[in-house]
Amino acid sequence: MGVDRREFLKIAGMAALFGLGGKAAIDIFAPGELEASMEGLPLTKGKRWAMVIDIPKCLAQQAKGKDGCKECIIACHRAHNVPDWGNPKIAIKWIWQESFEHSFPYQPNPFIQEGLRNQPVILLCNHCFNPPCVRVCPTQATFKRKEDGIVCMDMHRCIGCRFCMAACPYGSRSFNWGNPRKAPKELNPDYPTNRAYPERSKGVVEKCDFCIELISKGELPACVQACDKIKAHALTFGDLADSESNVRKLLKQRYTIRRKPELGTEPNLFYIV
Amino acid sequence: MYDGGKIIVGLIIGLGLLLSPFFYNAGKAAKAPERELTPKAKEAKACVAPLSYMRESHFTLLDEWRQTVVRDGERYYKASDGKTFYKSLQVTCLECHSNYSKFCLQCHNYVDVAPYCWDCHILPEEKK
Repeated sequence: MGVDRREFLKIAGMAALFGLGGKAAIDIFAPGELEASMEGLPLTKGKRWAMVIDIPKCLAQQAKGKDGCKECIIACHRAHNVPDWGNPKIAIKWIWQESFEHSFPYQPNPFIQEGLRNQPVILLCNHCFNPPCVRVCPTQATFKRKEDGIVCMDMHRCIGCRFCMAACPYGSRSFNWGNPRKAPKELNPDYPTNRAYPERSKGVVEKCDFCIELISKGELPACVQACDKIKAHALTFGDLADSESNVRKLLKQRYTIRRKPELGTEPNLFYIV
Repeated sequence: MYDGGKIIVGLIIGLGLLLSPFFYNAGKAAKAPERELTPKAKEAKACVAPLSYMRESHFTLLDEWRQTVVRDGERYYKASDGKTFYKSLQVTCLECHSNYSKFCLQCHNYVDVAPYCWDCHILPEEKK
C-alpha cells in the first residue's frame, strides 16, 4: 500500500507537532524549566559527575591529627584492593597527597599565603571532559562513559602500553609493575581488603573511577563517605549538569581553581583555596 | 637406493616413536569429572540460565556480563524466569559456587582450558 500525497502531509504534520511537544518545545517556550525539575534525582542519574575539594576544611582536619589525615586515601585503597608496595617509584595511586606548589605548578607564587605553603592537597583523577588518556588509548581500554562523563578503565582490555600515563597531565594513572598479590605482606597484612572487588594483574594501568560500583547502588564514592564519616565534609560529590546540584551551589558561592586548566582538558575536580 | 634397508628400519622406528603415545594410552580414556555442587547451589535448584545453557556456554554469558557491566554500566541481569541478578562473577556466581576446585577447576583441566579470570578476581577460600 503506497502513501499518497495527502496521507504523507498528514503524517509529517503530526510528527512535527509531536516533536515540538517534547523536550525541544519546553526549551523554546520555558528555558531552564526542565533542568530545574530534575532536582533531587537519585544519585545514579548524574549527567556529569564532579567533585569540589575544600582545601581549608581538609587542612583544618589535617591539623587535628598528629600525622595529618589520610582517611579518604585509606578508605579508597581498602575498597579497591590497592596494595602498598613501600616504594614510591612503583606506587599505585587512586587518591593521594601532593604539596600545593606541585599540585598547581603553573601558578607559581613565592609569596603565597602561609596557610597553603607546602601544604598537602588531595589529588585524584580529574575525570576530564576532554580526557587525553582516552584519545591515546589504542585498545579503547580507557573510555569516557557517555551517560555520566566518568573516565573508566576496562582492565580486561588494557595491554599495558602506558600511552595513557604519558598523556595524562595529572599523573593520575599507575602501572602495575608487579602482581598486587605479591605486594610485601608486612605492609599489607589483611590483603585483599575487599573480597567483593577484583584485583588487577601485572601489566595493566589503573586509576580512580569515581567508585562506579558504589554510584550504581546510589552511594557516594568511598573517599567522600570516609570524609563525611569523620565530619570533615571537605569532599563534595555531585552532578555538574544540574544547575541546582550541591556542587553547582558550592561553585556559585566560592572561588575555585582547577589543575592545569590551560591544557583544555576541562577537569571535573574543583579546589576551593 | 643406497642403504635402503637402514632407511626403512629408521623410518619404522621413527614412526613407532611418533605413535607410541597412542599405543601407550589406547583404551584408557580419561573419565570426565563429575562436578560437585555446594549445599547452597543445590538448594537454589536453578542457576541464572537453564542447566544445558550454563554447561555449554557459561563463558559466553560471563563475557556478555563483563561487556555490559564494564562498558555499558548495566549491572543487573533479568533471567528468563523473571528473577533479577547482580551481574558479578566474584559476588553472584561464586556465592553459590564457592567450591572452585571441584566446580570449575577439574573440568577446565579435563578440557585443557586455562581462563585467566582468577588473575584478578578473588576466589573464595576453600576448606581443605
